[in-house]
Amino acid sequence: MAERLLEVKDLKVQFATEDGTVQAVAGLSFELERGKVLGIVGESGSGKSVTAMTLMGLTRGVNARFEGEVLYKGRDLLKVSDRDMQDYRGNELGMIFQDPMTSLNPVYRIGEQIVEGIQAHEKIDKRAARARAIELLRQVGLPNPESRVDDFPHQFSGGMRQRAMIAMALSCNPSILIADEPTTALDVTIQAQIVDLVNRLKDDFDSAVIFITHDLGVIAEIADEIIVMYAGRVVERGTKPDIFYDPQMPYTWGLLGSIPRLDRPRPKRLHTIEGMPPSLINLPEGCKFRPRCPHAFDKCIQEPGLENRVETPGHLDRCWLDVQFKRDHRDETISPGSAEAA
Amino acid sequence: MTALEHGSETGETPLLEVRHVKKYFPIRKGVLQREVARVHAVDDVSFAVREGETLGLVGESGCGKSTLGRTIVRLLEPTEGEIIFQGTPIQHLGTRRLRPLRREMQMVFQDPYASLNPRKRVGTIVSDPMRIHHLGSRADQKRRVGEILETVGLSPEHYNRFPHEFSGGQRQRIGIARALALRPKLIVADEPVSALDVSIQSQMLNLLEDLQNDFQLTYIFIAHDLGVVRHVSDRIAVMYLGKIVELSPAEELYTRPIMPYTEALLSAVPIPDPDLAAKRERIVLEGDVPSPINPPSGCRFHPRCRYATQVCREIEPPLVDYGHTHLAACHHPLNVDGSAPPQDTTGRSNPAVSSTSRDTHSS
Repeated sequence: MAERLLEVKDLKVQFATEDGTVQAVAGLSFELERGKVLGIVGESGSGKSVTAMTLMGLTRGVNARFEGEVLYKGRDLLKVSDRDMQDYRGNELGMIFQDPMTSLNPVYRIGEQIVEGIQAHEKIDKRAARARAIELLRQVGLPNPESRVDDFPHQFSGGMRQRAMIAMALSCNPSILIADEPTTALDVTIQAQIVDLVNRLKDDFDSAVIFITHDLGVIAEIADEIIVMYAGRVVERGTKPDIFYDPQMPYTWGLLGSIPRLDRPRPKRLHTIEGMPPSLINLPEGCKFRPRCPHAFDKCIQEPGLENRVETPGHLDRCWLDVQFKRDHRDETISPGSAEAA
Repeated sequence: MTALEHGSETGETPLLEVRHVKKYFPIRKGVLQREVARVHAVDDVSFAVREGETLGLVGESGCGKSTLGRTIVRLLEPTEGEIIFQGTPIQHLGTRRLRPLRREMQMVFQDPYASLNPRKRVGTIVSDPMRIHHLGSRADQKRRVGEILETVGLSPEHYNRFPHEFSGGQRQRIGIARALALRPKLIVADEPVSALDVSIQSQMLNLLEDLQNDFQLTYIFIAHDLGVVRHVSDRIAVMYLGKIVELSPAEELYTRPIMPYTEALLSAVPIPDPDLAAKRERIVLEGDVPSPINPPSGCRFHPRCRYATQVCREIEPPLVDYGHTHLAACHHPLNVDGSAPPQDTTGRSNPAVSSTSRDTHSS
């Protein structure tokens, strides 16, 4: 069995704000093994990014409160001091941020920014660090790394900047790569290049990847296991086939049905999830998806636990509906118009 | 008349016609601000849009789709070419003579956070167009704003709120309400759903469709998401480095792409079905879009094209009709059988010669 790198147990993150307490993450658990890709999907405000930043220790502050455990190779990262956390960051956990335009410093050369990261973690002279930076840029597929290493970020296109970001995240050989919406700001053609790159690097560097996105299409190409988040909670969790071919949560159906898909005939109208995600300060009673769920019934006033309700072990969901009922009715949501076509 | 100049088989006058439009941006340097180079943002684009139709405009960032959209609504003045709206050439009209036209054509912008003035209330944002055009009394305007807000799925009570009190999707609804205030005929929507979550995105696409039916709107829909564009469009134009490289009825573009660039774009779209995604062949385009300051010779796509040959490097392919008003510019067209000889639609006697002469001129 592959080595278990990360184990998150019932993680809760709260922020105190002027308007009240924001429960950004409310009970998240997962395990991550070496060589695996975990996909986290959800809308804005579902707690995906806060989860990623918390794993990196970037949400620490006077207003933040944490519960639960984040066990990295057996050690709880939530209890590690700020100084020790710096050693984990970069060395053990690398992060790729969403916006390659704003996450690079515009006044430093690309190479300097990578070298800075390497030198912060290793006793290594500048020349060797620079050689490593060039080698990294080559590995992420940047053409002419010897000369481009001295470019400024504005001389790079969006895709090249994202490659530089990935090089930086990989510079100290982290065991876990956390990618927070790494392809969202990119064109589809460049997005395909980056997805391929992350897949290849995961094997080259023998690491595990947490891939956060709202795009189920990208998830279908890269993830082994998938977590669907809603209002700071995991509402469904399973392997890739579980989520795509046997989704149990009406929210997951809604996400699948909202995409205008190229692999299906064009529906007359797209499915929509009515309303908006709830405010994290004032959450609805019971199931958090209840106000937007077309199938909600009386029992939904109590919040369902995250449990295994189907034959496949490990496929968890938070929904009270009868499994057979769900299997009979979910296609109305997932592929609207397919009934008309048939 | 050719299909390109008409845009329809029925022979009616199109609502909008764009003929050989070019938009170059000068790059100036030095004390004298001498022009040292030009960004060829839009380079000889022609098409027509029928009333009530939705034309999708797709392409990667930097292909000139937004510049083209802004040139059509005359936020920018074209360097060359004609823009004919309801039979009137509008390409060089001044601010004053453009004003009545602004009632007919409106724009919805991409970023709902940047396109609404944060210091104005929603009511003011939506009623400003009516105030500027002196439409009705104050009371009429206020009543009308209430109606429009309801039409786009907001409530009239939102009149006195500020943009920051709304979510991204709601702000985009305000942007649409503002565009509708003058009851325009044509709306140019520049990536109206790109900044939104999928669930909100589908709400917005359905709303735009309803509005089109209720108000007989004509849309030019600019987007980089081919799934979204297919859903809303009747016809689709694919742009690459300032040129239209393929123009086709929507469904046909997906079943029978002719230009290799279109094929590659389609194959790069991720499909939310793991088995299907694993099975299909994906063409990964190497590298980035070249600089529009110095576009490649011949076919602009040739450095990234897997079918490119010598002729692609030398001669720029003209936009040719392959039947069913499906146009494409390629020396090695895909999905075409030899039975129907393609027709040249550029209206030039010898397009190959004229395009090469233009290349030498610009370099």
